Amino acid sequence: MGFEKFLFYVFSLILVLASVGVITVRNPVRAALFLVLAFFTSAALWLLIEAEFLAITLVLVYVGAVMVLFLFVIMMLDINVAPVQEGFTKYLPFGVAVALIIVVEMGLMVSSSYFGGDRYSLVSHAADYSNTKELGSVLYTFYVYPFEIASVILLVAIIAAISLTMRRREGTKSQNPSRQVRVSRDDRLRIVRMAAEKNK
Amino acid sequence: MNFVAPDFMPVLPELFVLTMTCLVLVVDVFLEQRQRHITYGLAQLTLLGAALLTLFTYAHAPVTTMFGHYVKDAMGDLLKLCIYLASAAVFLYSRDYLRRRDLFKGEYYVLGLFGVLGMMIMVSAHSLLSVYLGLEMLSLSLYALVAIDRDSPVASEAAMKYFVLGSLASGMLLYGISMVYGATGSIDIQLLADAVAKQGLGNPVLVFGLVFLVVGLSFKLGAVPFHMWVPDVYQGAPTSVTLYIGSAPKLAAFALVMRILVDGLGTLQADWQQMLIILAMLSMMLGNLVAIAQSNIKRMLAYSTISHVGFLLLGILAGTPEGYAAAMFYTIVYVLMAVGAFGVLLVLSRTGFEAENIDDFKGLNDRNPWLAFLMMVIMMSMAGVPFMVGFYAKWMVLQSIVDIGLVWLAILGVLFSVIGAFYYLRVVKCLYFDKPEDNTPIEMSRDTEVVISANGLLLVVLGLYPTALMSLCSTALLG
Repeated sequence: MGFEKFLFYVFSLILVLASVGVITVRNPVRAALFLVLAFFTSAALWLLIEAEFLAITLVLVYVGAVMVLFLFVIMMLDINVAPVQEGFTKYLPFGVAVALIIVVEMGLMVSSSYFGGDRYSLVSHAADYSNTKELGSVLYTFYVYPFEIASVILLVAIIAAISLTMRRREGTKSQNPSRQVRVSRDDRLRIVRMAAEKNK
Repeated sequence: MNFVAPDFMPVLPELFVLTMTCLVLVVDVFLEQRQRHITYGLAQLTLLGAALLTLFTYAHAPVTTMFGHYVKDAMGDLLKLCIYLASAAVFLYSRDYLRRRDLFKGEYYVLGLFGVLGMMIMVSAHSLLSVYLGLEMLSLSLYALVAIDRDSPVASEAAMKYFVLGSLASGMLLYGISMVYGATGSIDIQLLADAVAKQGLGNPVLVFGLVFLVVGLSFKLGAVPFHMWVPDVYQGAPTSVTLYIGSAPKLAAFALVMRILVDGLGTLQADWQQMLIILAMLSMMLGNLVAIAQSNIKRMLAYSTISHVGFLLLGILAGTPEGYAAAMFYTIVYVLMAVGAFGVLLVLSRTGFEAENIDDFKGLNDRNPWLAFLMMVIMMSMAGVPFMVGFYAKWMVLQSIVDIGLVWLAILGVLFSVIGAFYYLRVVKCLYFDKPEDNTPIEMSRDTEVVISANGLLLVVLGLYPTALMSLCSTALLG
């Protein structure tokens, strides 16, 4: 067994354990952290098959952005876990059935003649080959039109999201920096002159 | 790797619209509410500029650029011109409506223009990737537009439904695209067509891909049985947005079907023909029958859209250049009618009153005879009464399917449009033979009045002289 294969098994084991952790731990923050671990190990697996760009993007996008956002949401929203866990036995048969179907489907897919391993064998390249560079060189040349459209779609999404959610509500507390800067002592401070009390 | 910069000239209208939309977005931020008409003016200017650019570079022979992602041909250019025209009318009709409802915001125009850009991309897409991206840009703008009236629970519900079902449809389409890509190894529509011609339907992955593509397309078109979103969205959205959804996107959807099914999978015509026959038949049947039961005119027009989509599909499924030309003519005419019908609806709505029931048209003749006449023309044209352009459009489509020997389908089409005539004529009866329930004077601005009159009269003029537009359509498709 080569060292690479050994690494593969180590990472796969961690990945499987982390995935099991995501759905079994009770604390949602821990589950999210397990998911981060799962992402990291899948990134490592991708590195093993020389897909370094995908590996880096997975870590940057999913761990760096999506999961951080997830964690924020979990911490901000005080989700009561108990009602979510109710009816576990009721939904269990259904869940198991769906899981079985997915396993069978994946098996069919991998063993089929269209997507099987013999049809798509691993590609390996020379040491000076960089797939980040290769991707970039087609993305910004031959696919520049779809690439730019995709960026415009993101802009549309931003505009849509902002126009649907931003509104000035009555009674919200917001800061007005220019007024804060212009404030003078007289606006805030009132000196009250009182007669001193005397001890008897 | 040798890289030669692509020819940017054909993409000029898209680039112009994108630049101007970004400009509108930035300018709008600095405007006070009372200066909002500047945004409106800039939006109209954008459409005008794009129309001029398209007109001066009108393609007589197809040009492919952007490494096969973009094609400029006569069909695309003609459809784009119609899209600009329809959108300009939409912006004009909805201006006063939006102002009265406190919705006169820059976002309406920015999102509307982005929608136009998405349609333009779809219309001149030459790869499955640009088809999909254009569609998504249009859909995202539409979802947001439906929900633009944030305080209306009905609109939010409609937007949510539209979003969920629309995403599902996009997923279907994408699934089909990925399967077709898997089977042929190409997303370029020309290469795809060559690969499909070589392998035929022997490949089951290709068959599945075709089915998913047809399902996705019929979702977007609103053909039965994938029509569930149409009535709810039409009814729930603010009328100005319904007007937008019901008009120009239909032209883009037609282009979508042409690009994918005809240009890309043209050799499988015999196979998708059968699927389209079922879709067309069901759409004509359900659309016309259910529309009879509606009392809400927005909902009625939604079902009428479904039945018109059925007719449009008849032209496409004929599979002949004449059939495609007839379908294109039908789409353009339909958009003209839909813009007019919703335009009248917008004029009738005023502050605090939403004209959306058929009863709101009662006695319109006594209140404003000219508007009543225009509405009558539009309704008769939709019903396909002779000497209106709607009749000619239906006739051309039916002729194209009789030519390929599907006489029974043509008879069915005639039968259902006769049934459909009932609910259109019921509106006409309301206009002329019923007493008005309220006598509030109808106010409309001068420019709206001029354009809406032109819109209505165009239906009559085109009905009497349809050859000019028809020959434009046929030359656009025959090359």
